[in-house]
Amino acid sequence: MTTTTLSDEGRRRRRKRRLVALAFSTPALAINLLVIAGPAVSSLYYAWTDWDGFSAPNFTGLENAKRLLGDPTFWNALGHNFIWLVLFLTVPMAMGLVGAFMLSRVRRGASLFRVVFFIPYVIASVVNAQIWKSLLDPATGIAAQLDKMGITWLNDVYFFGDSNLSLYSVAFVDNWHFWGFLVVLFLAAMGGVDPSLFEAARIDGAGPFREFWHVTLPGIRATLMFAIMIISIGSLLAFDYAFAITGGGPAGSSDLVSLLVNRTAFTGLEPGYASFMALAISLLGGVFLVIFHYIRRNEESR
Amino acid sequence: MTARTSGGVRRTPISYFVLILLALFAGVPLLILVFNSFKSNLELGQNPLGLPSALDFDNYAEAWSRGSIGRGMWNSVVLVGGTVIGTCLCAGACAYSLARLDMPFKRGVENYLFVVISLPVQMFIVPLFFLWSNLALIDTLFGLIIIYVALNTPFSVLLLRTFLVGIPKELDEAARIDGANEWQIAWRIILPLARPGLLTVGLVAGLGAYSELLFAVIFVTTPEKLPMATALLQYSQGHTQLFGLVNAAAVIMTLPAVLLFLFMQRKFIAGLASGGVKG
Repeated sequence: MTTTTLSDEGRRRRRKRRLVALAFSTPALAINLLVIAGPAVSSLYYAWTDWDGFSAPNFTGLENAKRLLGDPTFWNALGHNFIWLVLFLTVPMAMGLVGAFMLSRVRRGASLFRVVFFIPYVIASVVNAQIWKSLLDPATGIAAQLDKMGITWLNDVYFFGDSNLSLYSVAFVDNWHFWGFLVVLFLAAMGGVDPSLFEAARIDGAGPFREFWHVTLPGIRATLMFAIMIISIGSLLAFDYAFAITGGGPAGSSDLVSLLVNRTAFTGLEPGYASFMALAISLLGGVFLVIFHYIRRNEESR
Repeated sequence: MTARTSGGVRRTPISYFVLILLALFAGVPLLILVFNSFKSNLELGQNPLGLPSALDFDNYAEAWSRGSIGRGMWNSVVLVGGTVIGTCLCAGACAYSLARLDMPFKRGVENYLFVVISLPVQMFIVPLFFLWSNLALIDTLFGLIIIYVALNTPFSVLLLRTFLVGIPKELDEAARIDGANEWQIAWRIILPLARPGLLTVGLVAGLGAYSELLFAVIFVTTPEKLPMATALLQYSQGHTQLFGLVNAAAVIMTLPAVLLFLFMQRKFIAGLASGGVKG
């Protein structure tokens, strides 16, 4: 008799402990379901409808998919996202690696350099956008200063107003803000590379370039993969700088998919179609994630 | 002095040369922003990049008194405060139950958090907007705070959980034997020990809420309610050729974030390096 009452007591206590644990988790999970998971699941349905945000949605089957395939504004924006991806996998990666490698070789002033490199990353995108809008404005910025010195070849260059330059100019500003983050990320990883490897390389007479190529790069491979992954996913989501500087213009020359989703849903009032667009780009991001997952698993099993 | 090996002596000057170039690239535009915030439009035309002729605070006074900037700062204070408190409370409690309590479906919850972190914003932002208008949360700072808390929670929970797992279990068992209840254990014993982790989470969430643009643009549109980021954007679009004025407003917005960063740069860098997923 006593043993059963004890185990009843034990079970009751365990149930109470679980309820307490649930109570601690509930606020976080409830808010998360409300804001992220719930809407994400519902957009899986809305993507296949003609939902206008107000009246009841009608299921339209493959209608949105067909429309997307023949929608030049979508392919224009998606093409820009891919240019963005290529730019960000090269320029800030190179700057980040060079900056971190040089920083790892100096003692004096290293922490000051690190702070200066990182400051643009801390500043809000709207401020950075404003800085470069005025610096690259032909009337007030670098061009005006050069004009005073008799150099006039920038006078009629509208970096953000010329449809041949706008996308690259906006990407330049985003990169100016972003590369310092990679320096800090890579520097931390380089600090974790076994110092005896560097010494061995030096004893073998390796110069700084061979040291970088054969010791540093392989040593921080996991962090490099992480950087490539966040850049790939981030390039599909890029929004702030194009929105704040050009709004996607002129004539769609710096348009990106997230700006287009935004316009389609809230200005064009076609949230059903916008959801399909968003689903397409999210699937692409999912493909990237799966690829990275397999690469990482291969690395680990090797 | 700086080099340990004979080769290092020759290499260090090149390193410094490159580092100084990179530092100028990062820093000079910021200096010019500050310089130009002190110039009148006339002076800006004559001297686009150099030092200002005088420390003239007219632009600051005017930017502040025109309303949207002072109000924007106040709205941002509310937004950042709400987000930091909400994130620390929600994520702290959830991490606590995952790390130290008898939480059912532990693995499931953790996997859910990993999935949510990698879910792109575009997957939920459109239905969320219409959900928020039905709940009358659209165009309110409170509604935006809830969104920011939800966005920050998953990464914060995982970060705090690793933090809490490291605190020895004997501490709360001893307290339980002394008759403390779950609340007292969480509040009196674990919370003080988890403070560094909470500080990191608060910094990341607060800085994020301060500069966030996408959700702020879509979910809050009434001019009186705009936080600083969107208020500044609107201000710059309304005063396109008044660069001095807009630059002053931009410096006003930047100063608190940069000062906080300089004071706590180690925490900042560690936090952003662990949670910064931005392209």
